[in-house]
Amino acid sequence: MVFMIPVVLKNLFGRCATRPYPQSPRQLFAGSRGQLINDAGKCILCGTCARSCPSQCLTVSRKEGLWQYEPFACVFCGVCVEACPAGSLSQLGQWRPAVRERERVVLKVEVKSEKSGVRSEA
Amino acid sequence: MAGTILPFGPQHPVLPEPLHLNLQIEDEIVVSATPAFGYVHRGLEKLADIRDFRQMIQVVERVCGICSMIHALTYCQGLEELMGIEPTPRARFLRVIWSELHRLHSHLLWLGLFADAMGFESLFMQLWKVRERIMDINEATAGNRVILSVNVIGGVRRDLDSGQTAWILSELAEVEKGFSAMSRTILHDYTVQKRTRGKGALSRSQAMELGCVGPMLRASGVSQDMRLLGYAAYGELEFAPVVEQDGDCYARCRVRFAELGQSIGLIRQAIAKLPAGDTSVPVKGRPPAGEVVARAEQPRGECLYYIKANGGKFLDRLRIRTPTFANIPALTVMLPGIELADVPVVLLSIDPCISCTER
Amino acid sequence: MTIEADRIDSVELCRAVAAFKAKGCRFVTITCVGADQRGAELLYHFDRELALSHLRLTVAGDEVPSICGIYSAAFLVENEIQDQFGLRFNGLVPDYRRTLFLAGEDSLPPFRRKSGPDQEE
Repeated sequence: MVFMIPVVLKNLFGRCATRPYPQSPRQLFAGSRGQLINDAGKCILCGTCARSCPSQCLTVSRKEGLWQYEPFACVFCGVCVEACPAGSLSQLGQWRPAVRERERVVLKVEVKSEKSGVRSEA
Repeated sequence: MAGTILPFGPQHPVLPEPLHLNLQIEDEIVVSATPAFGYVHRGLEKLADIRDFRQMIQVVERVCGICSMIHALTYCQGLEELMGIEPTPRARFLRVIWSELHRLHSHLLWLGLFADAMGFESLFMQLWKVRERIMDINEATAGNRVILSVNVIGGVRRDLDSGQTAWILSELAEVEKGFSAMSRTILHDYTVQKRTRGKGALSRSQAMELGCVGPMLRASGVSQDMRLLGYAAYGELEFAPVVEQDGDCYARCRVRFAELGQSIGLIRQAIAKLPAGDTSVPVKGRPPAGEVVARAEQPRGECLYYIKANGGKFLDRLRIRTPTFANIPALTVMLPGIELADVPVVLLSIDPCISCTER
Repeated sequence: MTIEADRIDSVELCRAVAAFKAKGCRFVTITCVGADQRGAELLYHFDRELALSHLRLTVAGDEVPSICGIYSAAFLVENEIQDQFGLRFNGLVPDYRRTLFLAGEDSLPPFRRKSGPDQEE
């Protein structure tokens, strides 16, 4: 215990090691895997993301033109972002905020005709 | 008073995870201990039947948060061996860097929890404050704080630029300063010694017979470390396993504390030798077929993966033998004969990870 | 690619494991591979000075001799295999009777395949 006393005193009178969280949130580092978003303008509904997703939180239905995402099942591994051939998926530099109700992201995507040559198995 | 059975856990202040022990006690002395499980069993091995072998990388990362990087590493190395893929030299060194960062934060976490089990709150807080820098390095370099998700078959997903490596080195210097300031407390403090010396001692032959792994085995005088197998880039780096002779809780504490410095040394060597080049090789060809055993050293000890594949998308069998699974039987030998008040310390000294054990 | 392993049957098992112990090997674990109605295959792993050795035991039926008498640490993995694959280890101490991970009353062992090991999905 004796050896800890200098450290304890330093901590007691020194600067705070924590921050008051909701008032001053910490900024994420560049390259952090944050919230997943899909750019509907770029998406070609190929379904590669849904097939690569380890937690199977993505559903792509080409017939209805829907890209669906279950944020509560997502593990934020970023595999879909790397797999996306159109570069429409990306991860923001911030985490999803806490919400009161379970939500599901449903995105209506209209694939332009010149892009629709991509084979789909979704 | 004979035959009092005391349930210890699954919810107990010292336990970070739900382990249940049925302690038969007589006048506050433990007579026998029977572990019971089943509170966090998720059947991740069975998940290999419905997730393809690439998706399983993210699944095995979640066997255990604290050794997640090395779980994925072992799994990827097993598959690379099956598929005949050689990861690039840069990837091998980057794997060492992230593995050792993981070992650092795991050992700091453990030392903190161990201090907490002894009732040494200020030491616990201080060590976890130091650990926070490692978590920041993890987030800045890999994207996530705990589950790094950097491994793929054939290499790694992220790269480090020169600015990042310089920043890692400067942060590590701070981390080293932080835990070195604690060295007198951890190694020489009266309270720590009183609570840990001679408690839960295992002799060399007992440790071998009980199949202990990692720091448990090394604290009992066996110089065994899976990193000596030379996987990833460990074969090109210089280090020697930390070995202690006493085999008690204090020896385990010393081993893990010394391994902090060892890990920092390994990261420095790996950054100094980091070769240029690609971080991964493209994986082509058929899915793996055949069977393989892969081993790696996790912060808690040897981890063994048995993979059997049939050339299809799904693996035939994935077996994960985690280090805590091998260390739990030692508890049934260490606990009898000690006082009830020492049970938390002895229990924590194996660095129990129940998520690992049950998978 | 397969693992090099000595094939043994259940009669020789205890003698073979005792021989590993006499050599000073550390018991690593047992892996159960593909159990179904016809039987199962068990792999015993041992380590000596970082070198792994394996024993491959083919079981007909679901009765296996326990090696707890030789390596007491084997109780945990043998109980796990009892839970997951429904094999029975004779002479296992302590025997959790399939309650290590399971609640106890479940009928089908979750890892056991219903038919041959080749039928997937």
